[in-house]
Amino acid sequence: MRRFSWFNVTSLTLGFAFLYLPMVILVIYSFNASQLVTVWGGFSTRWYGELLRDEAFLDAAWVTIRVAVASSTLATVLGTLAAVVLVRMGRFPGRTLFSGMIYAPLVMPEVITGLSLLLLFIGIGLDRGILTVVLAHTTFSMCYVSVVVSSRLATFDRALEEAALDLGCTAAQAFRLVTLPIIAPAVISGWLLAFTLSLDDLVIASFTTGPSATTLPIKIFSSVRLGVSPQINALSTILIGFVTVGVIAASLATKRRAVLAERDQRAAERAEA
Amino acid sequence: MRRLAVIALPYLWLVALFLVPFLIVLKISLSDIAVAIPPYTPTLDLSEGWAGIRDFLAGLDFENFVFLTQDSLYWRAYLSSVWIALVSTLITLAVGYPIAYGMARAAPEWRPTLLMLVILPFWTSFLIRVYSWIGILSSEGLLNQVLMSVGVIDAPLTILNTTRAVYVGIVYTYLPFMILPIYATLEKMDESLLEAAEDLGCSKIQAFWLVTWPLSRGGVIAGCFLVFIPAIGEFVIPSLLGGSDTLMIGKVLWEEFFSNRDWPVASAVAIILLLILIIPIVLFQRNEQKAREQDG
Repeated sequence: MRRFSWFNVTSLTLGFAFLYLPMVILVIYSFNASQLVTVWGGFSTRWYGELLRDEAFLDAAWVTIRVAVASSTLATVLGTLAAVVLVRMGRFPGRTLFSGMIYAPLVMPEVITGLSLLLLFIGIGLDRGILTVVLAHTTFSMCYVSVVVSSRLATFDRALEEAALDLGCTAAQAFRLVTLPIIAPAVISGWLLAFTLSLDDLVIASFTTGPSATTLPIKIFSSVRLGVSPQINALSTILIGFVTVGVIAASLATKRRAVLAERDQRAAERAEA
Repeated sequence: MRRLAVIALPYLWLVALFLVPFLIVLKISLSDIAVAIPPYTPTLDLSEGWAGIRDFLAGLDFENFVFLTQDSLYWRAYLSSVWIALVSTLITLAVGYPIAYGMARAAPEWRPTLLMLVILPFWTSFLIRVYSWIGILSSEGLLNQVLMSVGVIDAPLTILNTTRAVYVGIVYTYLPFMILPIYATLEKMDESLLEAAEDLGCSKIQAFWLVTWPLSRGGVIAGCFLVFIPAIGEFVIPSLLGGSDTLMIGKVLWEEFFSNRDWPVASAVAIILLLILIIPIVLFQRNEQKAREQDG
């Protein structure tokens, strides 16, 4: 018997109000007609219009999207390989160093990661721009991908792979035809995680980019430093909207898959009986 | 052969883009600042063979580290980073625990939704979440407007651009890191233990302190480290919400590099920051390992 508790309801209400109110306020004020960000001057979408006419913001958004797509795709490939190495390859010389290099970037302060990569790029004489940001983002997000994928690989039933090998698959075929489809959800969430990390990163991008490639967070940061601006509110609202739609769609898809899997299983049980 | 290729690709990538850059930082932290490009000396000149390497090694020293200990700005920045991280971790715990508790005691059909609501901010831009507080905390911001119209205060409070705003920012952005591990331990807890405690004469509050709190300690410790470790090196929050008197080492490193252009000192600051972080990271891993052993 579950008792209704005022304490729990209050703490949940206050807690979620704290988590969501700032963002709700941000969204509301993005429709404020007044230039003064703290005074309500009526409903208007003028800041969205101004944002969409602002070349600098559009350029930055385009740079950010290209960097995020490239780095998250590279990071997914490298991170999945790294997960396979961590979970499947057993012992090999330098394994401790390898797992150290996978986990260290997760706890490394961003300022240090950024600084060290910048010093590397200068050291080898690589011009800073989109390429260097992609390299930097790939490096730290591949570690996140490999953590996500390796936790899925660790619970994976190897008998399935062995069956494929017995039936005449090569190791590469077995991986592509059996393992990859099963770990695909983890690989996809790894990609999404890498994509968001890249989209969101200010510090590492600031260190590793050059004047030719300003990303959206860098642009936001430099205008926010001067104070609140209604244009940034509009931009934030657009980004929050994308994330909300994406997360809800992803959770609905997961739910749907679970329902379908359950139906299949019931059908199979009925067929057996 | 294929096995070698699978290992080599991510391995070499990480050596080239993680290990080597780190060694470069270590090396530059031992170098001297110079008016040149790159702005430090000595540089390794392999074309001179062994003599080049010898000159290079002879040019390295711990001068920058000595400098860091002599200038009080740096050790005050380290101390104040640790202090700010510690205080905000405790506030986050006080705010996060009741939320995690409420979630774990909510009806089971509600829990996935509540969980999603906690995770959702993770996917939202960190920068935007910090930014959203500027409009609330500024002197003519919403918080002051509300408090003044209710009559709690007569003059606006100064919160933005002080360390208090940094606390708010850290608590707000890192709250999910605290809630999730605590929720995970509380959700697994067997509630009949509480009934047993109450049958044996415990009041509800006693039952909480004697049963629930000790059982959730693993999650509390994990959550505290997950907030404390990244908060020490935080840069975005102190630079957007903090004031000129808010000293945090991430900000000092950034300014040393971008404003003062002193690469050797910036590198030395980074090395010391890492040394400070090693202690909580090792403790955190021990805690995780203990939790795994208890589960297994």
